[in-house]
Amino acid sequence: MKALEIATLQVNIGYRCNLACKHCHLAAGSSRTEMMDRGTVDEVLRALSISPINILDITGGAPELNPNFRYLVKEARKLGRKVIARTNLSIFQEEGMDDLPRFYHENDVDLIASLPYYLENNVDRVRGIGTFRKSIAALQKLNSLGYGKGTGERNLNLVYNPPGALLPPAQNTLEYEYKRELKDRFDISFDRLFAITNMPIGRFREFLARTGNLEKYMHALVCAFNHRTLDDIMCRHLISVRWDGTLFDCDFNQALGLTVDSSVPAHIRDFDFARLSARLIAVDDHCFGCTAGSGST
Amino acid sequence: MGDYYKPEDLDRFGEVGKHNPVLFNKFLEWYNAALAPGVLTKREKALIGAAVAHAVQCPYCIDAYTKACLEEGMSLEHITEAVHVAAAIRGGASLVHAIQAHNAADALSL
Repeated sequence: MKALEIATLQVNIGYRCNLACKHCHLAAGSSRTEMMDRGTVDEVLRALSISPINILDITGGAPELNPNFRYLVKEARKLGRKVIARTNLSIFQEEGMDDLPRFYHENDVDLIASLPYYLENNVDRVRGIGTFRKSIAALQKLNSLGYGKGTGERNLNLVYNPPGALLPPAQNTLEYEYKRELKDRFDISFDRLFAITNMPIGRFREFLARTGNLEKYMHALVCAFNHRTLDDIMCRHLISVRWDGTLFDCDFNQALGLTVDSSVPAHIRDFDFARLSARLIAVDDHCFGCTAGSGST
Repeated sequence: MGDYYKPEDLDRFGEVGKHNPVLFNKFLEWYNAALAPGVLTKREKALIGAAVAHAVQCPYCIDAYTKACLEEGMSLEHITEAVHVAAAIRGGASLVHAIQAHNAADALSL
C-alpha cells in the first residue's frame, strides 16, 4: 500500500505522561524520559515551512509536559498551520498547567481529548482513580471558553476506546449517547466522538496475552476487515515524527519501531515532501486494528 | 457438574443442525431476522438479549449478550439495570400468582 499526499504532520513530542492508561500503545507514563528537544522541534517547524502540509497534530504521552510544547504550537500558528493537540484533559489539573485551556483558546488549537466513557467507574478503571472528575472539570472549562459548540472553530472532539478485548460500536450511535449523557449529567457539549479500536500492541497486547484473549481478538480484527477503510486510513495521509525526529508511517508503527521504507528519508531533518508522499507503507498484523469495521484513526 | 457448560461448546452450536438441518436453518433465519436492526436498534436488541439471557439463565447467552452489549458501547451499569428489570419481572411473575393461591384457598374455604 502506498501513501498519498501528506496532509498531516503528526508529531509525538514525548512519552512522558501524568497517566498510565491500561490501553496505551506507547506505555507512556511518569517515568518515561523520551522528550523532543528544541533542535528537533525546530526541524519540525522547518519541515512545515517548506511543505504544503496544513495540519500539525501534536501527541504524546501528554504533549503538554514537554517544555517545548507551547513554542511548537505558537510557531506553527505563525506559519499559518492548523494545530491539533491530543490531550488527556486531566493534565489541566497538574501543577503549572491550569492556564492550558486559555493557551489553547488564544492559539486557536483544536483538541482531540481522551474520554473513554461518560461514566466515572469505567474511566477510572482504565485511567486511574480521579481521572474522570478531572476530565469533566476540564471539559466544562473548555466549554466556557467556547470549545465544543459546533461552530467549526475551536473544535473539541472526544475519543472513545473499548474497555477491553472488544471491538468499538458504531461511532454515530455512541456519539449520540455521549452527547445526551454528558449534557444531562454535566452540561457538557462537544463536537465529534471518535470511536477507535484498541491496537494489539504495547500494554494492551500484554493484557490480551495475559488474559488469553490475544488469538480471539486478532481473529475478530481480521474477520472485521473492511477494504473500504483503505482510502481514508490515516497512514496514507500523514507522516509520524518520533521525539528524536525519526519518521514513521503512524504512531503505532512508531510504538513498534517500524520505520518508514528504507528508500525514503528517515529523519525530519531530511524531510522531503514529494518522496515521503509517495512512499510504501510498512504494515504488520496490528494494521488490522485500523481496517476493522468502519475503520479507526 | 462444574464443567457441564463448556464455553467452547457455544462454537459447536451449528452441530445441532446435523440431525435436522431444515428446522435448524429456519431457526437461524428467524434468529438473524429478529436480531437485525428494525424499529429497535442493534444496541437496544443487545440489551434485551442480555436481560432475557439472565431470565432464562442461559450461560452461553449471558456470555454472548454481555459481549454484545459492551461492543455496542454499553457498560456494566447498563447490563445490571437490564438484569434488574428481568429479575423484577420474574419476581413479579411469581408474586402475582399469590392471587391464584388466594383463589384456590377461597374455593376451598368456608
